[in-house]
Parts: sequence; structure tokens; C-alpha cells
Amino acid sequence: MGRFKHFINIIILVALSTVGLRFLFEYIFALPIAASAEAGPIDTLFDFHYWMIALLFSLIMVLMIYAVFAFRRADDDETDGPHIHGNKKLEIAWTIVPTFFVIGLGIWGAIALNEITRPKQGEMVVDVIGKQWVWSFKYPEQDSITSGELVLPINRTIVLKMNAEDVIHSFWVPEFRVKQDLVPGRETTLRITPTMAGNYRLRCAEICGLNHTLMEADVRVVSAEEFQAWVDEKSAAPAFADMTPEERGAYWASAEGFGCVACHSQDGTPSVGPTWKGLYAHEAQLADGSTVSVDDEYIATAVHDPNAQIVAGFNPNIMPQNYVEQFTAREQEIGEAEAIELDITADLIAFIKTLQ
Amino acid sequence: MFRTLRILLSSALVKGIVGQYVAWALGYGFIAMLRSFRGQPTPWLYEPAIAFGALMSVLGFLLAAGVLTDWLKWIVGKRTPLVHGAPEGKPEWSRYFNVDYNHKVIGIQYGITSLLVLLVGGLFAIIFRIELAHPGMQWLTNDQFNTLFSAHGIVMIASILLGVGAMVNYLVPLMIGASDMAFPRLNAFSFWVAIPSVFLILTGMAVGGWDTGWVGYSTLSLRAPLGIVLFLLGFWVNGFSSIASSINMLVTATTMRAKGMTLFRMPIVVWGAAAASIIQLTATQTVGVALTMTVAERILGLNFFDPSGGGNPILYQHLFWFYSHPVVYVFVLPGLAVISELLPVFVRKPLFGYRWVALSSLGIALVGFLVWAHHMFTSGMADALRVPFMFSTMMVAIPTGVKFFSWVATMWEGKIPRNPPTPFLFVLGAISIFLIGGVTGPILGTIPTNLHLHDSYWIVGHFHATMFGGYIFPFFAALYYWYPKISGRMYKESLGKLHFWLMLPAFWVMSIGQMSVGLLGMRRRVADYDAALGITTTQLLVTLAALVIGWSVLIMLYNFISSARTQPAADINPWRSRSPEWQIPSPVPEFNYNVPFEVVGEPYDYGLADSAYTRDLVPAPSGD
Repeated sequence: MGRFKHFINIIILVALSTVGLRFLFEYIFALPIAASAEAGPIDTLFDFHYWMIALLFSLIMVLMIYAVFAFRRADDDETDGPHIHGNKKLEIAWTIVPTFFVIGLGIWGAIALNEITRPKQGEMVVDVIGKQWVWSFKYPEQDSITSGELVLPINRTIVLKMNAEDVIHSFWVPEFRVKQDLVPGRETTLRITPTMAGNYRLRCAEICGLNHTLMEADVRVVSAEEFQAWVDEKSAAPAFADMTPEERGAYWASAEGFGCVACHSQDGTPSVGPTWKGLYAHEAQLADGSTVSVDDEYIATAVHDPNAQIVAGFNPNIMPQNYVEQFTAREQEIGEAEAIELDITADLIAFIKTLQ
Repeated sequence: MFRTLRILLSSALVKGIVGQYVAWALGYGFIAMLRSFRGQPTPWLYEPAIAFGALMSVLGFLLAAGVLTDWLKWIVGKRTPLVHGAPEGKPEWSRYFNVDYNHKVIGIQYGITSLLVLLVGGLFAIIFRIELAHPGMQWLTNDQFNTLFSAHGIVMIASILLGVGAMVNYLVPLMIGASDMAFPRLNAFSFWVAIPSVFLILTGMAVGGWDTGWVGYSTLSLRAPLGIVLFLLGFWVNGFSSIASSINMLVTATTMRAKGMTLFRMPIVVWGAAAASIIQLTATQTVGVALTMTVAERILGLNFFDPSGGGNPILYQHLFWFYSHPVVYVFVLPGLAVISELLPVFVRKPLFGYRWVALSSLGIALVGFLVWAHHMFTSGMADALRVPFMFSTMMVAIPTGVKFFSWVATMWEGKIPRNPPTPFLFVLGAISIFLIGGVTGPILGTIPTNLHLHDSYWIVGHFHATMFGGYIFPFFAALYYWYPKISGRMYKESLGKLHFWLMLPAFWVMSIGQMSVGLLGMRRRVADYDAALGITTTQLLVTLAALVIGWSVLIMLYNFISSARTQPAADINPWRSRSPEWQIPSPVPEFNYNVPFEVVGEPYDYGLADSAYTRDLVPAPSGD
């Protein structure tokens, strides 16, 4: 067979393989539904990349497999192939062409990135706080309401201002496509414009310790009216003065409060920390072999200085050791706003007592 | 039987292990003693004492094994002859358990250790892959899962570095016509210091494990359980092996080449090894710094990364990736060089564009230093920083493309065996898998698509393809190809083919499956996943594929062990290679070439009649 005939065969096979693979990618490389405006330029770029993956994979594989069959030698053929050292023009070509190609791809990437990250009209800020292993959200433009689920109005660009309290976490809702780490000590920003109402899941994408797998939160995209209704309902929540200590304790324990629930179950399920069910007034076996009766004083110590009395079977250094400061700050903040003297520790103890 | 046991028990390996844990206890006791002077009790598993003991344990291993003996004798002015062959009265095999200075012995020590460590790391993967076969937690806790995947990463890296050491140590002196490496004692040190480092990491798993992955990002690393200190120190100690062996390799290749072997007449493996060594020599220190800073922050209370004391957690990532991205090329450059070395032999044609292929290794090494921050595209870097890193990252495609194009051009119009022998199959498989890794790279390089794929299983699929295509498959190709040279016997071809035809399709399924679930929302490093993602079937397939890969590797080991005893002696040059190591008997004599050779032609001039790469160097007639 002449070189020309090989050339034609290769072109046909590469073309067929490229189209076939691209078709196959619709199934094996399917993306989740696109639910944000940012997904638009990203998915366009995905589509182009898929074509290039199909083409480049086909090109090399077809050449290789074709050669294996077209240039087979008999087992007893001990002669050598033609003595071809190289070809300057070819070598220059397969260096220069990819160079221009990757520069072009880089420019495309930069333009698309700018489209995703640039500030847009009518933005709304939501604060995101990540800590082991719970998410919470604060709406500074809506009376600073706090929430354990992320509720977003549709078709409005949300600026997520994100802070991590302990270790690095990462915000990822696959349907929105974009991802951003939360880094302790600095605020990071992510823009999302939800375009499809529905329920999604936010999952932490950066390993953040023991229960990384479980660091999730619900995300709900709703119409502007529904969003306003949700905000009104949240704002109308009873003032702390009108709540019983038990109710306040349940609130502090939730993701909106201090996220105790991330590690302490309320139904007896074993987790990172001891369950709160039946905790009060039982005899706890400590890691140093002694036993202690769980009373108000013990719980207060366990919250304020977690390493002081570690319960047998649990690890030290997991629970944050700054709850005294966190509580004091919150007590002052709410105390000034609502003219009330709060004792968060006492509320928590009252709540724990109810879990028998 | 008793004699075998006695020789084993008195070997450097066993002495070293005993020495390591004795020194560990002494180091721990020393800290406990200091504390008791001040009236402080030392709790069980007290971290500073464990860490100090760990450092002492490495010294203990090296001293007890005798790795440092010659150097210590030099300090007091004693001469030490370089001993060759087995110690007196001991069998030849005992050399492999003792400190030996011959590069071939050390190469084989590296290789066998690499395979053992590969089995350990592979077993970790199998254990947590079974957990992932089905949604819900089946037989592991989050704690165990985190430790297993973290250890899988670092143990595999240790195995790969050992495997690279095996190829470099065994092949480079042979290929350049040297009788040994430039610094035989340093060579032995490079190998032996890696052993206690692996033990440190494995011990770390037993004393609480750690949950940071192999990257050990701050500030999580500051809060992780005790095991992380041993992981960090083990990683750190392993760096000495890399640095020492790269110096040795570079000095050997620059000063000990045979007469006539100019740079562009070096076998391509030497180019690959040199490029990898340059990276190891210049990058390992930065990860050493990052690891040291983490240990110092945990134990000495210094503050580098914790923002509550004014530190910056992103600093760790920069220091870490400045090494850990280039090190990927330490893994793959020798592997890619093996592909370039074997292809011409099997297709009976010169390596297409030899110079450009050789220089592309240096090109990859150079560009590899400029791309580290692409691991941090979602870390919160300003666009003004991440966009330049996007462009530099895309540049990696250029020298990598050169290799692929040169390989297929080498095959074109060649004389390709109708019934390909196992090493050639592994070369073809390596190209196909490295291609998967290669073509799935640019989509990670452009930032907008990266924002979706970052920290997803797409990454897991991508880098397993680059590691298997760039290292595992070429390494296995090299093992099969040079097995007759090393052992003097031919492996069993049928078992080799079985290994290949199990492993190749299984790997394709595994890596494409991993990418597929990543696109749909599967995160990295999670012990469990939501059945609602619709990835359950694919996850099961990935686990089954991993099991097949595991079994196929066991078939290879069985093949090598049984063939060494039962197979007939191999021909001197079964592959009809031009390379000098195939022109001398197998196994290779103690000092390699009884008659030195000179280079008189090109290394890969297959098809050029009456040409040779080397010929025996006839000593000039003395006097008149």
C-alpha cells in the first residue's frame, strides 16, 4: 500500500473515531444539569474540550493501532525497518501547532473566567461560614438572618463572601459548576447566579478532617417572592427573650447557632463526640479511667475546656477550644440588640436535659 | 533451614529494623526523662517524645544496619576497602539483605522493595475501594477511611520513587559503560534511608492515623491526630533518599560515560533519568521546608500557617506544590524514557526525532517548575495570578505532545511483531493510558472548567492515568524487558500476556469510571456518597476493576518468582537490542564490562546496515 492510501485511511478512521467518541461522551462524561448562569460559558468550554479529547485520543490511538496491523512482520522476519531518523519539518510542525493551539485555549479560558467572576448588576451578598463539619449562612442585606440551609432567589447574582473558622473547606454545588475554597484567616468570594429553581446539595470538596464526607447543606433556589416570604418568616422568628432556655439551647446547637449537631447526635447515633441523648445525669467513663457524673458543672467544663475531661473512646483536640470567646461575643451582640442577658452555656445545658 | 534463618536474622535489614525501634524507645525515654527532671509526667503517646524518637529511630536504623559505618571510620582516619561480592562464608542471595555497594545489587534492592511497598499501598486502595463499591458505610469508619486513603497516596509515592531508583541504579551505569555509580556508599545510603521512612509512615497509621490526605494541608495538619507527625517525618526523611540519589546519578552520567558517548549519543533512558534527577535535586528541599514548618508549628509552637497567630495557610500550599508538582515528572520521565528506549527495539526502526525527544524531557522538567499553582486554582488566588499559571500549565502539552508524535512516527512503517512479546504490549498499553492522562489534562488547565473538576474524582482518574501510563506500565515493561538480563532466565510469556490483558482493560474501566463519577459530583477523599448522584453502578465497576488490577500484579510477581527457578536460561540478547548491556552475559558480571567499550554510532540506528552503537575498546598498543 502506498503512503497516500494509508493517509486517506487514517483520516477516515480518525474522523469516525472522533465523532463516535464525542457521541459516547454524552453518556460516560455527562455533566449534571446546569442551574446557574456561570455554567453557560463553562459548559461551552467543556463541549470544546470534549471535542479535543475525542480528536487527540483518536489521532494517536488510530495511528498506533493502525501501525500495529498495517506494519506487522512475520515471526521469522528478522530484517529491520527503514532507517528513518526523523523529519525536521514534521517535528517543527508538531511543536509549533500545539503551541498556538494551547495559547488560544488559554485566551478562551481567560475570557470565560472573566465572564464568570466579574461583578454584575443587582448583586446580593450572602456570608458563608464553614467549620468542621457544618455550613451556616448569614444574609447581611436581610436583617442579618442566619440559616443552616442556603436559600437563594432565582436569576440574581449572589456574591458569596466565605470564611472558614478552623480549616480549609470548599464550596461546591455541582449544578452551579463553580467551586471556591474557604480559607481560615482570609475572606474568599464566589459569584453564583442561579437560573433554575430546585433543591440542590452543597458538599465540602476539600478534605477537612474526620467527618469531611458528612459536611453538607441543603441549597434551595426559589422565586423572588418565595425568597421574600422565607426572609419574612425568618425575621419574624421569636425574639430570644420570648423563647424558653430549652428552645434557645436547641437553636444554639443547630447549624445556625454553633453547629454542635455536627459532632453530637441527639438520637443516640455514635459520632465524633458523645451523643447528647441520655447524656445528662449518667455516669461517664473518662479516658483516664475515672468516672464522672454528668451534671451542670461537668457540661460547662466540657464546653469551655473540652480537653480537660475526655470521655473514653473519643479523641482530644477535635472540639474547638474557644467557645468561651465565641459565646461571649454572641451574648454581647444579641444582648445589645435585644436588651437581654443571655447565658448560652446554661441554655445548652437546659436543652441537653430534655434529651432523655 | 536454620542457616538461612540465621543469615536472615543477622542481616542489615533485620538489624536495622531492631535498631530503629530500640532507638525510638530511647529517644522517647530521653524526652520523658527530661520532663521527669522538671516533675512533669509524660502521657502515653506524648507527641514531642514520639517525634523526637522518630528522628532518632532513623539514625538508629542506619547505624544498626551499618549504612554509616564506612563514613564513621573515615572520620577517625581508618581506611575502608570497597568490598565486592557476598560477605565471606555467606551465600550470594544474602547480599540483597545487607548493605552492598554494587549498583546492580542496589538496583534490585530498590526494585523488590518498590514492589513490596506497591503491594502495601495497593492493598490500602483495595480496602477503601471495597467500602466505596456501594453507598453507605459498610466496613470502615470515617477515621479508618481517611487514614487509608492518606496512606495510600504517600506509600504509593514512596513505591514509585523506589521504582525509579531501581531503574536508574540498575540501568544507567550499564548503559553508559561505567562499572558502578560514582559514589557507591552514597548510593547504598540513598536506598537504605528510604526503608525507615516507610516504617515511620506505617507506624503513623498505627498510632492514630491522620486525615489530611498525602498533601497535609495546613491548618488541618495542625489539628490532625498524632499519626500525621510520623507521616510528615517519614516524607521528610524520604527526601534525603531523593536528593542523595539524584546527586549520584548526575555525577555518574556527567563524568563516567564511555569514550565517544556524547550527550546526543546517550541512551534515552539516561536523558530521562538526568531530567528527573535535576528536578529531585532542586525541588525536594521546598517540600522539606514545608514539612519541617508544619512539624515545628505542631511541636515547637512556632507559627507559620495558623492565621490566629498571624500565619498563612496558603503559604504551605505554595511550598508544597513547588515540589509536588515537579515530582510528578520525576515519576513519569524515566517511564516515558523506557517507552522511547523499547519502541525502536521492537519495531526495528530508529527513535523518530531522537534529539527532540531527549530535549523534550528537559523541556517538561523546566515547564514543570512553572505550573505549581494550578493545584490551587480554587484556593482564592487573584485572577492576576491564576491566569498566568493557566498559560504555563497549557505549555506542558507541547513537550508531551512531542513524545506522543515521535512514538507513533517511530512505529510508522516499522517491523512490528505479529505476536507482540509482553514488554512491547506494556509499552503500547502505556502509550494508550498516558494518552488518557494527557488528553484529560488541558480541561483541568483552563480555569473555568477546573472550577467544576477541582477536587472531584475527575482529578483522581486523570492522575491515576498519568501515573499508570507514565510510570506503572513502563515500569512493568522494563521489568519484563530486563528480567532476562537481571535473572539470566526468561519469564513465562503466557503469564505475562495474561497479566497485560487483565490489567489494561481493567485500568481503562477504572480511570474512565473515576472521571465519569467526578463529573457528576463525586468529591475526592470522601468515605461515602449519595446514591442520588446516580453513580452507584460506576463505583461498583471501578472497585471491580481495581480488584482485577490487584490480582494481575500478583500474577506478575508469581511469574517472576517461579520463572527464576524453572525457566531455561535466556539468550544473551533476546530482543536483538543495540544497547551495550545486551552484549554481555546475563546476569551481568560484578564489574559489568570486562572489556570497556567505546561508542562508534547512534544508539537507535536500527535498519542501518553494518552499523553498531558500541564496540570493544581495544587498548592502544603499549610502547613500541
